[in-house]
Amino acid sequence: MKRYYQPEIETASREQILEWQNERLVKQVRHVWDNVPYYRAKMEEKGVTPDDIKSVADLHKLPFITKDDLREAYPYGLMGKPLSDCVRIQSTSGTTGKRVVAFYTQKDLDLWEDCCARAIVAVGGTKEDVCHVSYGYGLFTGGPGLNGGSHKVGCLTLPMSSGNTDRQLQFMTDLGSTIICCTPSYAAYLAESIHERGLRDQIKLKAGIFGAEAWRENMRHDIEEKLGIKAYDIYGLTEISGPGVSFECEEQTGMHINEDHFIAEIIDPDTGEVLPEGSKGELVFSCITKEAFPLLRYRTRDICVLSREKCSCGRTFVKMTKPMGRSDDMLIVKGVNVFPSQIETVLLAQGYPANYQIVVDRQNNSDTLEVMVEMTPENFSDSLVKITEMEKSLVAELKAMLGIYAKVKLVAPKTITRSEGKAVRVIDKRKI
Amino acid sequence: MNVNQISVFLENRTGQLAEITHLLADNGIDLRAISIAETADYGILRIIADDAERAASILLAHGNILTMTPVMVVGVPDEPSSLSKLLAIIAEGEIGIEYMYSLFTHPNGKAYMVFRVADEAGLAALLEANGIAPVDKAELGLK
Repeated sequence: MKRYYQPEIETASREQILEWQNERLVKQVRHVWDNVPYYRAKMEEKGVTPDDIKSVADLHKLPFITKDDLREAYPYGLMGKPLSDCVRIQSTSGTTGKRVVAFYTQKDLDLWEDCCARAIVAVGGTKEDVCHVSYGYGLFTGGPGLNGGSHKVGCLTLPMSSGNTDRQLQFMTDLGSTIICCTPSYAAYLAESIHERGLRDQIKLKAGIFGAEAWRENMRHDIEEKLGIKAYDIYGLTEISGPGVSFECEEQTGMHINEDHFIAEIIDPDTGEVLPEGSKGELVFSCITKEAFPLLRYRTRDICVLSREKCSCGRTFVKMTKPMGRSDDMLIVKGVNVFPSQIETVLLAQGYPANYQIVVDRQNNSDTLEVMVEMTPENFSDSLVKITEMEKSLVAELKAMLGIYAKVKLVAPKTITRSEGKAVRVIDKRKI
Repeated sequence: MNVNQISVFLENRTGQLAEITHLLADNGIDLRAISIAETADYGILRIIADDAERAASILLAHGNILTMTPVMVVGVPDEPSSLSKLLAIIAEGEIGIEYMYSLFTHPNGKAYMVFRVADEAGLAALLEANGIAPVDKAELGLK
């Protein structure tokens, strides 16, 4: 069985990988300096020039890029190539309504899809497989990324997109899907549906690639048992490319970071200092091959640990743990990034008080999002119809902002907990 | 002619109604009618109290959200078909009823219906034309 998509890269010696990284980083810093005035200004502010960056050892000298930078530079400020050289845009939510837009040249897409192809081969994918992609297609990177990777591997690709479970199950049974790619919560939901309908004997799935949201071992076991498959994690973010920044191998003990394209660092989220290997801290990525959206030292806000322990799969890329949390207040609900500030923006625009509470839960392996809002004298009337209409319009505005459904719960005034000073805005009941 | 109804926002929470009635009872407010309109998550409690203004200020002081709504009270003989006749008149007059409920008490041997309509003046004129006089506060002993 083929074990690697690009064996010469995925099993290269550490020396070789470092050599690639050194060479590509130096070139990339020069490219960014020459083409991204926004970042050049940040470098100048820090007193760094491309000449100061001679190898990965100098990486720490470069300034960070944060979500705030993405918002400030929106939409074109961080581009490294003219628009005419770009062929694709993908997008994810930003902190206060401005979305993050990422640009890709054809080469960027190729490299991204290579990363996804590596992930598919790592779970046993070959050209004999039927790859069922149930991530959303569109601006979300999940569908397009795995779709491209699946093509590269030569799988028969089913671009299902998300939702419509009946159709998903019908295609899965009729067309013999063998690999499924979706969020872990949707995988759990599908597993439940297959179990309930007694379809287990009619499906041919052998592996699943599940990412874009947090999940733990108990969920993995649950999915593996119900579907009779091996369940693998995949990690990525739109800012860096999309899914496939790192992926799990058969060992299932962490995700190999595609280090020929991305250099990973772990920093102290408070001081920004680079932490020694094996420390738990915030993950930072530098893209060393991307052309159109070449982010250097991008702070992911994901907290994790890197490990260079030798992996039994033969890959030499560093492994990262599943993210253990965030160093900001971003929530991932149904695979979608949600910032409390986005919800606040909508509430204020709709004339509600900024005193709100977000309750996230997971019921039957599916995330739920509820926004509790206090009723105000101005919004109250004797008409149930009017209040219900107001509530509906708030639900619609939230959906437009977040991209997912949030249940609105109107509560009596002064019932939302106000602790001393800082309000408790988010209650995450998910046991993950 | 109009009677003031208090409409209070109700969160869907066990015990909230008891808290409100307890609060009013403690302050010696006499309730003449109660009605609730609700969705799965919240509701509106509608009250006719002997002293609407005092009841409202007590409720407000305890953090409730409310609004005063003018409603019309009509007395009908406490016997079969009298409500039906009244509603037929209103329907024929093409006055839309938003909601309707009744008082607990039956003073003067009558049943008293509380009406909320969009077109109040229209209802008043219609009743008058049919020889029905809306009930005033004094008849019900309301302040």
